[in-house]
Amino acid sequence: MTMSNNPQLNRNGELQHLLTTEGLPASILLNILDTAESFIGVTERDVKKVPLLRGKSIFNLFFEPSTRTRTTFEIAAKRLSADVVNLNIAASSQSKGETLLDTVNNLSAMHADMFVVRHSQSGAAHLIARHVQPEIHVINAGDGRHAHPTQALLDMFTIRHYKLDFHKLRVAIVGDILHSRVARSQIHALTTLGVPEVRVIAPKTLLPAKVGRLGVHVYHQMEQGLKDVDVLLMLRLQNERMLSARLPSAEEYFKYYGLTQEKLALAKHDAIVLHPGPMNRGVEIDSAVADGKQSVILPQVTFGIAVRMAVMSILAGN
Amino acid sequence: MKLVIKGGRVIDPQSQLDAIMDVFVAAGKIVGVGTVPVGFHANREINAKDLVVCPGLVDLSARLREPGFEYKATLESEMEAAVAGGITSLACSPDTDPPLDEPGLVEMLKHRAKGLNQAHVYPIGALTQGLKGERLTEMAELRDAGCVAFGQSDMPFTNARVMMHAMQYASTFGFGVWLRPQDASLANGGVAHDGEVATRLGLPAISVCAETVALSNIILMAKETGATVHLCRISSAEGVAMVRAARQQGLPVTCDVAANHMHLSEMDIGFFDSNCHLVPPLRGLSDRNALRAGLLDGTIDAVCSDHTPVDEDAKLLPFGEAEAGATGLELLLPLTLKWAAEMRIPLVAALAKVTMEPARILGIDAGHLSPGAAADLCIFDPDQYWKVEAAALKSQGKNTPFLGMELQGKVKYTLVNGNIVNQG
Repeated sequence: MTMSNNPQLNRNGELQHLLTTEGLPASILLNILDTAESFIGVTERDVKKVPLLRGKSIFNLFFEPSTRTRTTFEIAAKRLSADVVNLNIAASSQSKGETLLDTVNNLSAMHADMFVVRHSQSGAAHLIARHVQPEIHVINAGDGRHAHPTQALLDMFTIRHYKLDFHKLRVAIVGDILHSRVARSQIHALTTLGVPEVRVIAPKTLLPAKVGRLGVHVYHQMEQGLKDVDVLLMLRLQNERMLSARLPSAEEYFKYYGLTQEKLALAKHDAIVLHPGPMNRGVEIDSAVADGKQSVILPQVTFGIAVRMAVMSILAGN
Repeated sequence: MKLVIKGGRVIDPQSQLDAIMDVFVAAGKIVGVGTVPVGFHANREINAKDLVVCPGLVDLSARLREPGFEYKATLESEMEAAVAGGITSLACSPDTDPPLDEPGLVEMLKHRAKGLNQAHVYPIGALTQGLKGERLTEMAELRDAGCVAFGQSDMPFTNARVMMHAMQYASTFGFGVWLRPQDASLANGGVAHDGEVATRLGLPAISVCAETVALSNIILMAKETGATVHLCRISSAEGVAMVRAARQQGLPVTCDVAANHMHLSEMDIGFFDSNCHLVPPLRGLSDRNALRAGLLDGTIDAVCSDHTPVDEDAKLLPFGEAEAGATGLELLLPLTLKWAAEMRIPLVAALAKVTMEPARILGIDAGHLSPGAAADLCIFDPDQYWKVEAAALKSQGKNTPFLGMELQGKVKYTLVNGNIVNQG
């Protein structure tokens, strides 16, 4: 039956786990962004460490392969002086038949303070959060198609950095919304932070059935969808979409939905372009745009570390 | 033994009876309702004051998990659960391991069930060998072994031609064909209704089309072959509308709905509650409302428990990996009563959906209180609340979306062939 309480918040309404951007008050999201701001200085110093999480053990539980996200979490934890253990579980105990919760219970017994979890199934992080001891914090680093909240928060940080205010923006998310945990988390974060117009642009085969109910405007053509947009959030396209007959070819996708300079010109002249990486150049984005002056894709990566430091330090303090 | 059930509110949907009276049982049969048979001297009495006395419930869909899945449930545990829920006859699905596709397996199951002296078990035979959807089973042999109808459980046909021939062959002998309408390729990989919740939670979805496309095939083939079709566990408003239209055309199509689906919708999945991972998926609120209305207007004939005990570990997984299904035998009566109360339907009409109607679909003499009928009875307290929790359930499956909730309607006695097989 429906649980009325938010599984991410503790009794005092503070962040206990970060599982999704959905249902979190704007004040919590903004606090994460503000805290991340204070860590930007740390990441630019010679000695890039603060002792906030000294003595804490953070376990990176990656049930799905990932290099980039796992690395940024590892760097963030180390800059907070935490001890980090990386577990690439896709290749170990799961293949021996151990269940997800068995794995988590074993690691809890090693006195973990925080789990950073990536899993191929939607809801995996919620399941773990529901079964860990109350003193352990869970950060969702991507669960199936459901959520990737730290990615969305670093995108929000990047948007605020360049655009200063959320309340006058028109934001378009372009690409495979259906399979994207990033898109879902971006949509909830953007609407919570007061962005008045969020658009999604995709062919019908890459949109979930009730996407409109998430509070977005749906477009199927770039020409209309990109008009007067301030921020473009591009999504990665997986090759599987061609195999599952959702798209005919990467080439046709690029022609109609790939971001080129020509299509970018439809947006506002000072629009910024974000991408969660890794990029498929020539599929969802043209190199000229990815490397162009409106691209903020590399700053995103830098901000990502500060945002993850912020999330970890806030959770550890609650 | 001669037994009198005294002073209960006797409800018999078949005769539209709803009155305070006594029921007299002798030699396993009902010998009188209201009037004492000549020369009747009871040697046992059940005081049914403030209780309802009705025909034992007939359940169209229960998985007993034997043979093959004894770690999930055993025949003993599930038969005990059935009578604890007031169920005295049940149809069991062929998706055991091995599936019920050979007469020997069916005879064994009937024999095992009979030895337990509890509810009557009516096996649904596999329509195709191994439920693979490729080659027909020996249906006539299976019928002689005890199968009352034939189906595919949740397994698809490899192609439409096999399905057509299966229906033709079954109708040659007048056997009922039980099918759950779902197109396998459209449903492929889905775990939740293609609606707001799956959109929000990023769950692989099953569209309503998966049901309606399959329904369309079944209805057209039923028309062509003349097969008597029973549609299992319909889930959508559009599906209900299609069944209504087919029946208006005079097609011999019957239909049931699972008790959970009359009360729950996709919204109940909340934050990935794997107890709400069901087959078919819980759909939208408007679908749920159409199912409730369809049951009321008779488009849907019966409510079934869709009893699917799942062991606990199989539910302690992310939603999509968790095994689908819910325990149901002990919730069929209270969930039917809940529907009746919420829809303001008299008990006599509500109980028809779990007694005479499913008995009619099964083609068995059960689900009524006529003198001479087997004394299969359910005696329950319509007002008593009980909490659905692991300790309260006899079934080995403790998984249900209603876990922790209080439900109204508690079975006090269950009688099969005049024997008291459960006392609650």
